[in-house]
Amino acid sequence: MEILLKGVGYSYAEDTPFEKRALTDVNLHIPSGSYTAIIGHTGSGKSTVLQHLNALLKPTEGVVMIGDRKIEAGVKAKDLRNVRRQVGIVFQFPEQQLFDETVLKDIMFGPLNFGVPEKEAERRARELVVQLGLPDGVLEKSPFDLSGGQMRRVAIAGVLAMEPEVLVLDEPTAGLDPRGRREIMDLFHELHITKNLTTVLVTHSMEDAARYADRVAIMHKGHCMVTGEPKAIFSNEEQLQDYSLQPPRSVRLQRDFEERTGLKLGEISLTEEVLAKNIALAMAEGSRSL
Amino acid sequence: MNTEILSFENVTFTYNTEDETMRPAVENVTFSIESGEWIALVGHNGSGKSTMAKLMNGLLFPNEGKVKVFGHTMSEETLWDIRSQMGMVFQNPDNQFVGATVQDDVAFALENNGVPHAQMVERVHVALSQVKMEDYKDHEPHHLSGGQKQRVAIAGALAMRPKLLILDEATSMLDPQGRMEVIETIRRLRESTGLTVISITHDLEEAALAERIIVMNRGQKHVEGTPAAVFNEGSELTEMGLDLPFAMRMTHLLQEAGVALQEEHMTEDKLVDELWKYYSRA
Amino acid sequence: MMEKMIFGRFIPGDSVVHRMDPRAKILFVFLFIAIVFVANNAWGYAILLGFTLLVVFLSKIRLYFLINGLKPVFILLIFTFFLHLFFTREGDLLFSFGFIEIYEEGLRQGIFISIRFLVLVFMTSVLTLTTSPISITDGIEVLLGPFKKIKLPVHELALMMSISLRFIPTLMDETGKILKAQMARGSDIGSGPMKERVKAVVPLLIPLFVSAFKRAEDLATAMEVRGYRGGEGRTRYRQLNWQLADTLSLVLLAGLTAVLWYFRA
Ligand SMILES: Nc1ncnc2c1ncn2[C@@H]1O[C@H](COP(=O)(O)OP(=O)(O)OP(=O)(O)O)[C@@H](O)[C@H]1O
Ligand SMILES: Nc1ncnc2c1ncn2[C@@H]1O[C@H](COP(=O)(O)OP(=O)(O)OP(=O)(O)O)[C@@H](O)[C@H]1O
Ligand SMILES: [Mg+2]
Ligand SMILES: [Mg+2]
Repeated sequence: MEILLKGVGYSYAEDTPFEKRALTDVNLHIPSGSYTAIIGHTGSGKSTVLQHLNALLKPTEGVVMIGDRKIEAGVKAKDLRNVRRQVGIVFQFPEQQLFDETVLKDIMFGPLNFGVPEKEAERRARELVVQLGLPDGVLEKSPFDLSGGQMRRVAIAGVLAMEPEVLVLDEPTAGLDPRGRREIMDLFHELHITKNLTTVLVTHSMEDAARYADRVAIMHKGHCMVTGEPKAIFSNEEQLQDYSLQPPRSVRLQRDFEERTGLKLGEISLTEEVLAKNIALAMAEGSRSL
Repeated sequence: MNTEILSFENVTFTYNTEDETMRPAVENVTFSIESGEWIALVGHNGSGKSTMAKLMNGLLFPNEGKVKVFGHTMSEETLWDIRSQMGMVFQNPDNQFVGATVQDDVAFALENNGVPHAQMVERVHVALSQVKMEDYKDHEPHHLSGGQKQRVAIAGALAMRPKLLILDEATSMLDPQGRMEVIETIRRLRESTGLTVISITHDLEEAALAERIIVMNRGQKHVEGTPAAVFNEGSELTEMGLDLPFAMRMTHLLQEAGVALQEEHMTEDKLVDELWKYYSRA
Repeated sequence: MMEKMIFGRFIPGDSVVHRMDPRAKILFVFLFIAIVFVANNAWGYAILLGFTLLVVFLSKIRLYFLINGLKPVFILLIFTFFLHLFFTREGDLLFSFGFIEIYEEGLRQGIFISIRFLVLVFMTSVLTLTTSPISITDGIEVLLGPFKKIKLPVHELALMMSISLRFIPTLMDETGKILKAQMARGSDIGSGPMKERVKAVVPLLIPLFVSAFKRAEDLATAMEVRGYRGGEGRTRYRQLNWQLADTLSLVLLAGLTAVLWYFRA
């Protein structure tokens, strides 16, 4: 499913002394099936943009197109359920939304709200618990008896159980240990491919953006400054610096390596694995040509 | 001046001793920290790090073993005296702000310890300038960024002129810039005051900056040593849910790809150095 | 809706009113509340209204924001107005339509009560809008100081109040976040029959309680670690500073009382 933001502006607490402009004239196209990373300095408006993607916030200016549904500033939007079912959001620290007596009931909460039959909802819950690597017997436990990392997984299962077509992630791995991070990011990537999802990831990790996304958008002071392919975005170090960002570590290392040795690796390496391969290749060729 | 500032001697702690099925959160842990050191405490989620921090300042008392701070064994009697000489900063910047404005918050520990007003004003000022937040003294906490809040929390700890500062994942909820701000602040403080720092973290790059790393695994001390020595364990650490610093991961990947690097590198600079030497030799 | 509400919030600023000693402001508002009841005719209420608008003007808070931010309060005000309008049956009959009969006294009462309500709300809002929560608590703690002698835990009460005030914005944000997270999972608060609505509140309330407790626990730990053990032996960072303007404000209030008394029927 495709999402389009056209000239979107948003102010929190409009018309009060606490009014705060968060977005100005944001134009962003999220093509169907893409994996888009939104990056930007803190306070640049990333989370605010995300909440427009399933109409949790309504633009105070401009238009948001979610599939063929149109959300327009100043026009009352009715019955947003369908939009919410199609676009699932995993918020930052999603374990804070757990509430039900058992893990099973909590995961089924979303699907049941959207009219999925009880049996089907339960089937999805059971399947997801396995997929997310949660231990056996967890379904009957109270979500509050789990460890932090397990709670996070249950909360994510609760969103996935709605079987959304678009999956929106707001820094889903904050606070997890390195392995937890990697496992969850890999899982989202796998789902993106096997379930043919459209994925939008907000992250402070340039490494994750470079590794997983096929499109990158930069937010800066409430504007969406550029969108493009990761290779183009991350090879433009000056531009990143203008928006208080840095290229991923592998790109920085590649730059240092090239400056020091005078060798050129050609295209930029978005991941460490690719970089290692490219360096090995260049060194082998370089020494042969000497 | 190699004086011991904190030590654990065979410390074991279980949250609920009644419950037979409950594993100890900290099990038979022994280590010692010297004055002026910078220690990183790392380990997977639930490995017992926060529990150890709570044992260090008497929020919890061990079931077995002894915690010694500043030469005194932690007990109900020595507790308040010990606490007045150590500062602690926690993970969630929103949950540790007591004062309504930045300066009120920094003054909180001073008020509690009955410091006279004139001295208080001066110490608040100094502490805020140490973390470079003087310009924000009248700001309210919820208008600050995460990194700024954590710096204020550090100032609140510094105002008491502590000998020891404990940071429990103080950077984990921050963006990269906020994280840098905090780490930079700690670095500067250590240079100027020789403060002893124990920093609990999941960020291995941050841990690599410390002088010594203690690795926790399922409540037990797995290893301790210099970053170079600890990270040499390689795959054993990754199996425990941890990771290696970027430069070391790269070193390993390059070796696998057939670049015969001789050394393990902790920093990118050193790695590029060896690559260059390797290349010019070839 | 919640975020537009300004009742009980603080707008930093630099007006005469902002700079006043919180003790003076608290005393002022309490005395004012008593004085309001001196007025009993059109003159009295006109003077009260004028006086209140003067104070709002001095505080440099825009009247538009004040009115906009107090909308929910106005609904209450209009309700009280009509209550008096319809149910007071004294004086001349002004208007009748079916069973609705409006009397002169009803109209008078309706207007007077509304003005009284309005000036009280405006005055207390000016207090909270121009005084930081910590100053208000400081002021209260000092004003209640004498009650420590009769073992009233004044310090603890003041601290409790200041911490609750300090956490209001955080908890409001939190409520918003949880609400949105559950809405994203299809929960629908604010529509459907009453029973459904009540059910829909559970997924909001439980996480909110859990997080409030977690925060409280964290905060208690942070306080204990920083050496907090009750009011005994504590020194104060905030020093209150009573100035000429503060005395003058109370004199002004005495003047107002005299004028109101003079015009009293
Ligand atoms: N509920 C709110 N009320 C008022 N202002 C808000 C609210 N939420 C966010 N803002 C403001 O809107 C701006 C954009 O915030 P947003 O949360 O979208 O940024 P972000 O890019 O997600 O930042 P971070 O990386 O820190 O999560 C910020 O200036 C922020 O202070
Ligand atoms: N208040 C408590 N009551 C019961 N068990 C607890 C409590 N706090 C922690 N535990 C348990 O003790 C163990 C160690 O927890 P601790 O919080 O010390 O881990 P940690 O290393 O700090 O983890 P993290 O990286 O997630 O912060 C865990 O198994 C945890 O579930
Ligand atoms: Mg955000
Ligand atoms: Mg912890």
